[in-house]
Amino acid sequence: MDWLELKPEGLFCVPGAFYIDPLQPVAHAVITHGHSDHARPGHQHVTATPETLSIMRLRMGEDRAGESQQALEYGEVISVGAVRLWLAPAGHVLGSAQIVMEYQGQRAVVSGDYKRAPDPTCTPFEVVPCDLFVTEATFGLPVFRLPDPAHEIGKLLHDVRLFPERTHVVGCYALGKCQRLIALLRNAGYHEPLWLHGALLPMCSLYEGFGIQLGELKSATAAKKGEMRGGIVLAPPSAIADRWARRLPDPVVCLASGWMHVRQRAKARGVELPMVISDHADWDALLDTCQATGAKEIWVTHGREEALIHALGKLGIRGCSLRLIGYEEDDEQAEEDAMA
Amino acid sequence: MIEFATLLERLAFTPSRNMKLALLKEYFTMAPDPDRGYALAAMAGSLSFAAAKPAMLRALAMERIDPELFAWSYDYVGDLAETVALIWQPESETHKSEAAPGLAEVVHTLDRLPKADVPDVLRRWLDACDASSRYALLKLITGSLRVGASARLAKTALAELASVAPDDIEEVWHGLKAPYGALFAWIEGKGPKPDAKDAPVFRPPMLAQPLENVDLAAFDPAEWRAEWKWDGIRVQLVSAPQGERVYTRTAEDIGKAFPDVLATMQDLGSRVVLDGELLVVRNDVVASFADLQQRLNRKSPTASMLRDLPAGIRLYDILFEDGEDLRPLPFDIRRQRLESWFARLNPPRMVLSDLIAFRNFEDLAKLRDSARSEGIEGLMLKKADSPYLPGRPRGPWWKWKREPLTVDAVVMYAQRGHGKRSSFYSDYTFGLWRTTDGKRELVPIGKAYSGFTDEELKFLDKWIRDHTTKRFGPVREVAHGLVLEIAFDAAQYSKRHKSGVALRFPRVARIRTDKPAEEADTLEAFIHAFL
Repeated sequence: MDWLELKPEGLFCVPGAFYIDPLQPVAHAVITHGHSDHARPGHQHVTATPETLSIMRLRMGEDRAGESQQALEYGEVISVGAVRLWLAPAGHVLGSAQIVMEYQGQRAVVSGDYKRAPDPTCTPFEVVPCDLFVTEATFGLPVFRLPDPAHEIGKLLHDVRLFPERTHVVGCYALGKCQRLIALLRNAGYHEPLWLHGALLPMCSLYEGFGIQLGELKSATAAKKGEMRGGIVLAPPSAIADRWARRLPDPVVCLASGWMHVRQRAKARGVELPMVISDHADWDALLDTCQATGAKEIWVTHGREEALIHALGKLGIRGCSLRLIGYEEDDEQAEEDAMA
Repeated sequence: MIEFATLLERLAFTPSRNMKLALLKEYFTMAPDPDRGYALAAMAGSLSFAAAKPAMLRALAMERIDPELFAWSYDYVGDLAETVALIWQPESETHKSEAAPGLAEVVHTLDRLPKADVPDVLRRWLDACDASSRYALLKLITGSLRVGASARLAKTALAELASVAPDDIEEVWHGLKAPYGALFAWIEGKGPKPDAKDAPVFRPPMLAQPLENVDLAAFDPAEWRAEWKWDGIRVQLVSAPQGERVYTRTAEDIGKAFPDVLATMQDLGSRVVLDGELLVVRNDVVASFADLQQRLNRKSPTASMLRDLPAGIRLYDILFEDGEDLRPLPFDIRRQRLESWFARLNPPRMVLSDLIAFRNFEDLAKLRDSARSEGIEGLMLKKADSPYLPGRPRGPWWKWKREPLTVDAVVMYAQRGHGKRSSFYSDYTFGLWRTTDGKRELVPIGKAYSGFTDEELKFLDKWIRDHTTKRFGPVREVAHGLVLEIAFDAAQYSKRHKSGVALRFPRVARIRTDKPAEEADTLEAFIHAFL
């Protein structure tokens, strides 16, 4: 498809003259979701879902989240130049969207990050039939067949019951993972107050503003040490292995991430209770989704693209690698590096 | 298999001893017989199969997955069993409904399974298991199962469940066999205490307390006996009708590594339990601990090792003779029994630990400090009337270590600790100055992670953070600006560090903020003084 181009700033839609998740400030950016490697500050005009725009304003401040902002509900169609454009849910985090573009009878879908597993905190992924599908490949290896998140939450709650005198601290990314964990805990019948690192609270309030109930949340930073004993604390991964965590009584270090599926990665992080919970599509979901779109051509943006392209080839689908430098394969690592 | 796999996974990630204990107790309570017995055997290191080789796992995986995808996956995961466990996809939904095999079923099947049938059975099991159980199964079947809990810890968990002392379990342990039905029956109050009878069981040893904050002037020299404390491995030699054993003081059976000692015991044919120090003794001279380490590192020694690094035992005590329990007798009487046994049999490879004559403790202290011979750590003081009590009772036995050796070294790297210390940089690599081709540089000689107080740890942690120059994952390189006085028991040549030397039991004695890094010790002076 020759009307989507890869430029140094990012993926460019020629007939619409806009970039998708650009890495540098541009005149017109269409943003898939609010994670900092996709939504960057300083663009002139920004098009995204109301949720994503709201997240961008919270994270980068009103003045840096785009000089003008255009909110698009899922399914609301607009014309940008010669392109028909609309957003479809991606199921990654609140407000996450696939960018659907039509031009001269061809349809291209840029999925951004996405997952197929159910998530009570965001609208589920919608398959949009298309000619070109642009996919991520974070977990693009057949060893990544991730377990049911309810099972992983069960592991945590079992541990909390077994060690009531300790404090379970779960490392999780501030946008998406944190709120999903809370919702999963509530669905599993855990209704105690949850203790949150200060960096996580504003995003939770934002989610609640969009009608997502998270139950009682308390500030771990303001808590007295003994208060949190026996409870569950959520914090950014970088805070857990650092001085902030010294306020926690006898902590058990847990980390919620798809990478926890591989022992060595969990070991290297010093995690005591790995929880395999991811907001990305696992191997089966990647293959199923690529097939379900009916696309004849698949572009793979970031992750382990060679294995996915190989497997797609076996299914008769042409894939090619679109190495976009700058999109992190690992949210937690990105955040840790950002704070370092 | 699922419960066992879950336990394995949890133990692998849990550094805390107390949590491991709780996990073990939960497992032993919940898991059925005989599964839990085989799990116990796995912890004791006695559950090992070589039913499948890596090539077989690979071939099985290839039946289900594209070779290139497998290669990329293996490359990423880095462990064959884990790759196969994660990548394996049950052939059809019908297989998934089949129950996963229990641990006992796996063990019993493997015990009598012809090699040719292994792939078929394994394929069926893999189809029925989840990823975590597949991992445990593949590790078990290839003989590479590692359990994150020692046999001693498992016994402690059982003892707590039974409200008995771990040593009570220890005393019957080596007479028992997997799946330990009698043991579980006993700890659950459903059966009698197992009878060890003629089995070569381990007897928990008597250990000494360090002589600290004790007023020697209050001791009557006539009531005390003194022996050299040797830098070897404390062992228990057991000879019983059902066989001979060499145990470490933590009940590990190391007989396979010391066939020379076992053979000596067999030849003697005397039914005894002896307490002694395992050493390498060449031409009547005790060799360094490094030499002994070479023997300890080998599961079974080569012929040349047996020739060049012959094992010897320095005898301290006798616990049993011909079925008679000597432990309640006073030390002096046991010593007489040991001496007469020794004189009667004149056992090869063995010597008696010398009793050191002394008039008063001042003389003894002088003697202690003058002893610089290799292999001597200090002195042991034993009360003449002390019975042999398992554990570390305070009072009857003291270890009186030589003053440690010390060196002033510069901190080079620091690493985060584990568990409670995971937010602190608590492991320090330190080095000494070396001049090569006119260039002065630091070369590492060791690593220490103890010896400091909580306050000092806070200081060190902050210092590390404030002086970091580079990061490599969990490790930080720091500016060469902090001197630590490192205490250690001995120095030896070693290939472990760039400096070519290594320390035995290094710990931080003092933080020398008063000393500029340039004035820390040189490697040359260190080698001259200690090697």
